[in-house]
Amino acid sequence: MSGDWQSYVRRIEELAARSGLKFHPVDFEAVPDSFMMEIAVYGLPVRMPHWSFGVRYIYQLIQRHMGHSRLFEVVFPGNPGHAYLAESNGLAENILVTAHVLGHADFSRNNLLFRRCQEQVSERIVEHAANHARQISQAIEAHGAQRVEAALDAALALEQHIDVDQALRRPPYPEYAEPPKVLVDDVFRKRFAALEPAAGAAGTEIRKRAPVPPHPEHDLLWFVAHYAPEMESWERDIFLAVREESFYFYPVFATQIMNEGWASYWHARLLREADFVPQQAYVDAIKCHSDVVRPIAAEAQVSLNINPYHLGFAMWEKIIAGAGGLEAARRIMEQDDDFGFVRNHLTRELAEELGLFRYNARADGQVKVLELDLAGLHEAILGPKYNFGAPVVSAAHVRNDGTLELTHDSSVDGRGLDLERSRKVLDYLHRVWRRPIVLTTINQSGNTLELTAP
Amino acid sequence: MDEDSGKRDKPGGGKWYELFSRGARDWLRHDEKVREAVRANLPEIIAGGDVINESARTVRVPVRMLEHYHFRLRRPEEQQGAGQGKAKPGDVFSDPSRDPGPGEKGAGGRDDGGVQLLLEFKVDDIVDWLWEEMQLPNLKARAGPSEESDWVREGWDRRGARSRLDRRRSFKELVKRRGTPGATPTFTDEDLRFRQLSRRKQPAVHAVVFFMLDVSGSMSDRDRKLAKTFFFWVVQGLRREYRSLETVFVAHTTEAWEFNEPDFFQVSGSGGTVASAGLLKVREIIDARYNPGRSNIYLFYASDGDNAVSDTAEARQALASITADTCYSGYVEVSSGVSRQLDTETGRLFAELHAAGCAADSYALNDFDDVWGAVKHFFTAHNQELPRS
Repeated sequence: MSGDWQSYVRRIEELAARSGLKFHPVDFEAVPDSFMMEIAVYGLPVRMPHWSFGVRYIYQLIQRHMGHSRLFEVVFPGNPGHAYLAESNGLAENILVTAHVLGHADFSRNNLLFRRCQEQVSERIVEHAANHARQISQAIEAHGAQRVEAALDAALALEQHIDVDQALRRPPYPEYAEPPKVLVDDVFRKRFAALEPAAGAAGTEIRKRAPVPPHPEHDLLWFVAHYAPEMESWERDIFLAVREESFYFYPVFATQIMNEGWASYWHARLLREADFVPQQAYVDAIKCHSDVVRPIAAEAQVSLNINPYHLGFAMWEKIIAGAGGLEAARRIMEQDDDFGFVRNHLTRELAEELGLFRYNARADGQVKVLELDLAGLHEAILGPKYNFGAPVVSAAHVRNDGTLELTHDSSVDGRGLDLERSRKVLDYLHRVWRRPIVLTTINQSGNTLELTAP
Repeated sequence: MDEDSGKRDKPGGGKWYELFSRGARDWLRHDEKVREAVRANLPEIIAGGDVINESARTVRVPVRMLEHYHFRLRRPEEQQGAGQGKAKPGDVFSDPSRDPGPGEKGAGGRDDGGVQLLLEFKVDDIVDWLWEEMQLPNLKARAGPSEESDWVREGWDRRGARSRLDRRRSFKELVKRRGTPGATPTFTDEDLRFRQLSRRKQPAVHAVVFFMLDVSGSMSDRDRKLAKTFFFWVVQGLRREYRSLETVFVAHTTEAWEFNEPDFFQVSGSGGTVASAGLLKVREIIDARYNPGRSNIYLFYASDGDNAVSDTAEARQALASITADTCYSGYVEVSSGVSRQLDTETGRLFAELHAAGCAADSYALNDFDDVWGAVKHFFTAHNQELPRS
């Protein structure tokens, strides 16, 4: 069975290259379903151990048990890319999946965000993550499972709190503050300097230590790893390992609609053009395609979630059918992320055509459909994606006694933090920061509120 | 360790991932954490009145899956979202996905969907944990052959009866001595290990616990359930001490009856409260069946304390006669709602006894949260305050 589809891989690759896809070579591997599930749970084929993955694993098992989810493939960008295909896929599914994977490979090689992050992290994330896992199991042997788990509890709780606009390997903050600029156009200073030229300028310059952090720091993983007063070096390494993986995950997260849409567009198109695929396999594959990009579950009238495969697919079809054609589409694919993509290319006509709507859901489960307002619809789609899906929390200051001050910027999201969860996160963090932590946020009525640990 | 790089294959052809499931490993760690959490919260679990099945040796504790916490925004009153399908502005319907279903992953802002695990714990384990945790002193038996001894297997020795030869152990010794397993092994006497027996002292075997419950009209269902939960843990505690533990269940209103265990907790009566009726019944049973000189007798009495005032003198007398024969008498006052701090007729009786230096004490049990406190109270207070007799 598995040999069957592999004979098609080369021909699909050739067809894809002829159609203008530019991708690094991809290693295909058929693996058992159980391993597919683990890849989906961990996000990487080999990743550090943590009990929270066990929780996801249970949910995944339940979902699979209930027939809710089926995984056909998981692909990792890189040079070469790695694609894992489920052994249970049929021939038709594998042909489709191969084309889909090549769409992803094209995307991840050419999309700017992916390129940037791969430059930072390397093109071999799979191997890197495996190294992290090994490094952590060594730490477990050296320092005991409990201490490593405490460090991972904190680091993974902050996994979304990175700053992708900064480099992965950042230099530390400057130790000394820049000397205040002398205002030369100040008349008084000019006259003063003229009076006694030697007095001010040549005197011993007192260098002032720069505050830490010099500005609110969003990259909490980095900040804690470098500025925690009492962390051990292996704990810092754990934070940096988690951070590196987050840098890898960010583009996957921030381009999901584009990326899945792009891959779906290409698997559909390559399949149409692949005259070497047997008729029956073609029909089966098309059926499989329509299942994947189906907007709404078969029996339902409406869905309160938008299927990113479907949305992306529909948008790319529209763009490629438009005036700019494939060339324009490729440019968009290279330059945008989901934010630009949805805002610029999800038009009112398309939204109406697809039957997209915006709704308000009350706590009791009552849902009210709102007037179609395009900007509002964009925000409703993109809202969960801002800042890696996490509230904006930054490190504001470290007091003299080592107390860490964190600030939640409620002006961007307009709401306070979930207090109970935030407290738990502070508890995790306190175990590695080892000095008090204060977090400022707002409460229900908008007043400032301080959470502390311990 | 088993954490390999993704590429390396295990010898023998199989891929490493066919031999090892990280998901299962981390799942086990999750369950371990749940157990730790349960263990840390035993008092609350004891409190959950409905976790106890009749005569069960296990306790089922429903637990939620643990959540690994992240910073999240507070859930708004109204959540905005984007959907797709046949819906017009102004349409109102109820969210179909809110049916109890599997948890949804990801940034839906939705909770875990409420998957519950039902973990089963052995009652013995829980009691062990409790004793470990609280370092409850063992009860001292006061009657009967106070200590019995028994042979228990313990350790190894180089000499012993042939029949007690531990082959596995002996072989290990041989391997240790020779170092090289390749050579033909020959046993010497040095290698032989024999299982040893030693005498282990056991506390007196025979104990009787009287559970006396006030089932008068003033005792609500909740009160009885409180008492039941408390009694359950008392039995568990005493069972640790005595290999054969007899239980006697007495319920009383103005009259008293003896019940078997299942019926006892179902009983509800009406009418007034005359504690002496119950106490006399206990007295009667002791006299008929047990020799106070040879049995360790315990009495635990649960009531709301509203004893008839006219009964005070009689109750005092009956109680005094019983406490003379018991190792310990405990009184729990179950009064839901108001906490009266034992300032009741019955409460005062026990307070008198306690003040007089008898092995008797009381505890006000107002809420399920107090059950643990009550267990702790009786089982720690016990030895410290029990006068050596």
